[in-house]
Amino acid sequence: MNAVTTSRKLHDCRDAFVSVLERLGEENTKVVAVCNDSVGSSKLGGFKTKYPERLVNVGIAEQNLVGVGAGLANGGLLPFVCGASPFLTGRALEQIKADIAYSNANVKLIGISSGMAYGELGPTHHSIEDFAWTRVLPNLPVVAPCDSIETAAAVEWAASYDGPVFLRLSRVGVPDLLPAGHTFELGKANLLRDGDAVTLIANGTLTHRMMTAAEILAERGIEARVLNMATVRPIDVEAVVAAARDTGAILTAEEHSTYGGLGSAIAEVVVAQAPVPMKILGVPGIFAPTGSAEFLLDEFGMSPAAVADAAVELIARKPVRA
Amino acid sequence: MQTNDLEGIARQIRHRDLQAVVEAGAGHIGGEMSAIDILTALYFRVLRVWPDQPRIPQRDRFVLSKGHVALALYVTLAKRGFIPEEEVSTFLKPHSRLNGHPNCNKVPGVETNTGPLGHGLPVAVGMAKAAKLTGADYHTYVMTGDGEMQEGSNWEAISAAAQFGLDNLTLIIDHNRFQQGASLKDTNNLAPFKPKLEAFGWDVTEINGNTMAEIVPALERRGGKPHCIVAHTNKGHGISFMQDTVDWHHKVPNQDQYKIALGELSEAN
Ligand SMILES: Cc1ncc(C[n+]2csc(CCOP(=O)(O)OP(=O)(O)O)c2C)c(N)n1
Ligand SMILES: [Mg+2]
Repeated sequence: MNAVTTSRKLHDCRDAFVSVLERLGEENTKVVAVCNDSVGSSKLGGFKTKYPERLVNVGIAEQNLVGVGAGLANGGLLPFVCGASPFLTGRALEQIKADIAYSNANVKLIGISSGMAYGELGPTHHSIEDFAWTRVLPNLPVVAPCDSIETAAAVEWAASYDGPVFLRLSRVGVPDLLPAGHTFELGKANLLRDGDAVTLIANGTLTHRMMTAAEILAERGIEARVLNMATVRPIDVEAVVAAARDTGAILTAEEHSTYGGLGSAIAEVVVAQAPVPMKILGVPGIFAPTGSAEFLLDEFGMSPAAVADAAVELIARKPVRA
Repeated sequence: MQTNDLEGIARQIRHRDLQAVVEAGAGHIGGEMSAIDILTALYFRVLRVWPDQPRIPQRDRFVLSKGHVALALYVTLAKRGFIPEEEVSTFLKPHSRLNGHPNCNKVPGVETNTGPLGHGLPVAVGMAKAAKLTGADYHTYVMTGDGEMQEGSNWEAISAAAQFGLDNLTLIIDHNRFQQGASLKDTNNLAPFKPKLEAFGWDVTEINGNTMAEIVPALERRGGKPHCIVAHTNKGHGISFMQDTVDWHHKVPNQDQYKIALGELSEAN
């Protein structure tokens, strides 16, 4: 059951996103890309060349971006609304709530460079609140794929799903973790590695770090279960309860604030249905200092070695079984 | 300070900015070069500010709404004595006060945090309105990018400023004709700005925003309405290969380009 790691080459998941989008654009003339002066950062150059009339660039105007996306969907098109995640979600949150989620508009919101991908550009450009902001909205699935394979599968799924979706992508390179041919299922975690001492749960760029942490733990004779949980809403209740029951401790890590994100969503299940010791790693409720994404993840205790240490501490908190 | 002294300082700031972009391997050089003449005129002639008392209540306010050119502001603030000049070399380094967008809680001289476009002008309207309410006589300046003016929040603020009669507010639009991915014209063309601002009840002055002799009188001008300076500038001003192309929004010069650019900035008169 061990490491499903298929390749160590690092991929920018935006490439997987646009390659599927360009193919969808070919198959379905209703597919439109909508952006906010972000043709380059959303990697929409290829789409623009192939289907220039289906690239709608509203300029630097995110509220308009999301509103226009809702209108395009109302007119029968299939809009993929792309923008840097901090501005897409932060600036246009009320448009996302009213025009997309509440109106149940068939719009795919694609948050680019989420988490701390924009490291040195500072807290205005970190999107570490977006799980919290979006996962409280009814009708809006929230998905953060862990690698290029899952990204491609999730984009494919989103296009066929009838309703709004928020896909949270990064630009930070990650290796492929899921097997080729993987299909995305909303609300279903993937078991990447099994063990009984503790469960490590992550999504996005952190899944890879969790896998490395599990390898470090294995060297210390500790077998950890690793779950990739791309879907933050709806959370995979079954997998969380099973993890609590089978391993007795859950450690989560995310490129997000420790308030309101993946760890919180899991804790809501754990507290109500299967109380076990938990630890939530992430940005500890502060505005991050200057530094690159990788530097900041390490700074906040999410290097694989630090995650492994946190797991050992957590295991020590498990009640001794009679 | 006189026009030619200001030009000399602007040249030094350009030089240091270019150097820091190359050292850090990041920055927004195009929009930095377009804005530096105006920043220089503000900090070395127009603004009543005291670097040793950065929060003194009677100071004039300057808000850099196009916060992505933070480096140009850092270099200017350092030259004016708000922060040590050596500190510029920490730009973007781990735990530096100088990250890619200005932080008012860390860097003296910064009034409010910017980075997401379309925030500076509403905050500046609040600052100017506060002066009206308290009887303070400071003047508020704010600089936006021309692409940034696509954010609707700016137009809400423009309307409010006219309604409030904010003759103590000057908006400078750095009209360098380019945004991130394309020209303004090919994206969402707001130009010409003048008739739009006038329709909202503002006074508008159009200048060459890279010519000191035009910048200073425009910044010092006072009238009975909020004042907008449409500053026609060049993205990458002072560096020949950056002219009239979208390429230099945030690209970093390679070593050959760096040498050429340094040469041109040193020769400039
Ligand atoms: C709300 C928001 N959306 C998008 C961006 C990304 N962004 C940074 S700079 C820029 C282009 C700005 O163009 P302009 O205002 O013309 O600035 P300048 O040409 O002076 O650099 C964009 C789109 C941002 N910082 N904030
Ligand atoms: Mg511009």
